Amino acid sequence: MDALAQSLGLALRLVADADPALWRIVALSLRVSGTACALGAGFGLLLGAWLAVARFPGQGLVVGALNTLLALPSVVVGLLVYLLLSRSGPLGSWGLLFTPAAMVVAQSILVVPLIAALTRQLVADALREGGDELQAMGAGRLLSALLLLAHQRLAVLTVLLTAFGRAVAEVGAVMVVGGNIDGVTRVMTTAIALETSKGDLPLALALGLVLLGVVALVNLAVALARARGAGAPGPALAGAAAG
Amino acid sequence: MRTLAPPTLAAGAGALAGPGTAVPVADPPPLISLQGAGVRFGPREALRDVTLQLRRGDRIALVGANGSGKTTLLRLLNGLVAPSSGQRRLHPPAGGARRGPVTAMVFQRPFLLNFSARRNLALALWLAGVPAAERGARVDEALARVGLLAQAAQPARALSGGQQQRLALARAWAVRPDILFLDEPTASLDPSAKREVEALVEAFGQAGMALVMSTHNLGQAKRLASRVLYLDAGRLLVDCPADDFFRRTDLPPEAAQFLRGELPWTS
Repeated sequence: MDALAQSLGLALRLVADADPALWRIVALSLRVSGTACALGAGFGLLLGAWLAVARFPGQGLVVGALNTLLALPSVVVGLLVYLLLSRSGPLGSWGLLFTPAAMVVAQSILVVPLIAALTRQLVADALREGGDELQAMGAGRLLSALLLLAHQRLAVLTVLLTAFGRAVAEVGAVMVVGGNIDGVTRVMTTAIALETSKGDLPLALALGLVLLGVVALVNLAVALARARGAGAPGPALAGAAAG
Repeated sequence: MRTLAPPTLAAGAGALAGPGTAVPVADPPPLISLQGAGVRFGPREALRDVTLQLRRGDRIALVGANGSGKTTLLRLLNGLVAPSSGQRRLHPPAGGARRGPVTAMVFQRPFLLNFSARRNLALALWLAGVPAAERGARVDEALARVGLLAQAAQPARALSGGQQQRLALARAWAVRPDILFLDEPTASLDPSAKREVEALVEAFGQAGMALVMSTHNLGQAKRLASRVLYLDAGRLLVDCPADDFFRRTDLPPEAAQFLRGELPWTS
């Protein structure tokens, strides 16, 4: 108990003193996960909107597969990206493995199914309410879906914040493709795993506190967004599906 | 279908009027026509073998029991569903370069986007292809027309039910349609809002728009319509002037029974 209290005290001091090593790790985490979410949003929002309005054979299977990918283990994504980017892989010549770019790629892949699946549901629900009216005004199906994304912008923000929470709190993918290299690819989750295994509990705890703080801020933002607009999907999921 | 009387007082076009004779009136040009049109939703036949012409100046009330096909007919006329059988033809307005008439539709519960009232109208005009330079003035004009200019900057979804329906009417009116379709536009409104909406619909009709409105309210049909279409189980049974529909004694039994049920004091 003494050791825990002592570690917690040291951790709080590290946070309060704005320890440069700590904040470098935090900054890289936010940069990697923020970029991954931005990229994932570009693809996932369009994919979700399109899936809500498209009609093609096998659509049910595609939607089912997308929903299944919501539970995609992050370490499996890491493994797939590792195979793609490793020297002998198809994209090995890009030289991205063990760089922050590789971590961005892995986290983007991780959040796309989440963003696309939630967006599809969001747009499909809104289409049931207003699809006919938009069509009567002359909007085609895809344009209707995009207008409904703007209409549901607060719910879309909730989806994106949820995706950010999933990305920033995952450890498996960034560990595999980033390699946890000090000063290069070390992010909060991989640093916590490493420092714990080394027995440096104060730094691990400090990082854990910051990570919790980030996720708490994300959830606060989600709650504020939901309070401002009705129709946001489900409870806030930030960090809930990370692994 | 039983056409009890022609929907207008039309005579042959081009007839010469002599002294003391009534001036013959030409049929207004058709805007949309249906020829033996039917609509199926899977195994269910929602509409069958409907033949009619919708003409400029028509003020049509679609009446019939729930499930009789009123909304499906509105959606078919407006192109929201395609005919499963028969034909739907659009007739280009005289002198215009368009392929068919401009249409707009107002629904029972209007769907307004999560923007201001002004932006909802501007968006409708953008979708209708109105040039950007014209949109501002047309938005203001339409909002003023329905008495919502003061609420232009307010979120559309924060307006009252009656105001939302008036905004939906403004949105439809702003695109200057040749035909305005209304799907039970006052069904969910209180009496005061209902009167406001009816007054606007009446004014739109007087401005020359063709109106096609489904309604359960026969009083409303009497007040607003010049022509009544009665539907029963997906069939168009009666197409006649509104006055005739409420007076004639030779209506098909289904229509007569419907009228007795809706207007018990008339029997």
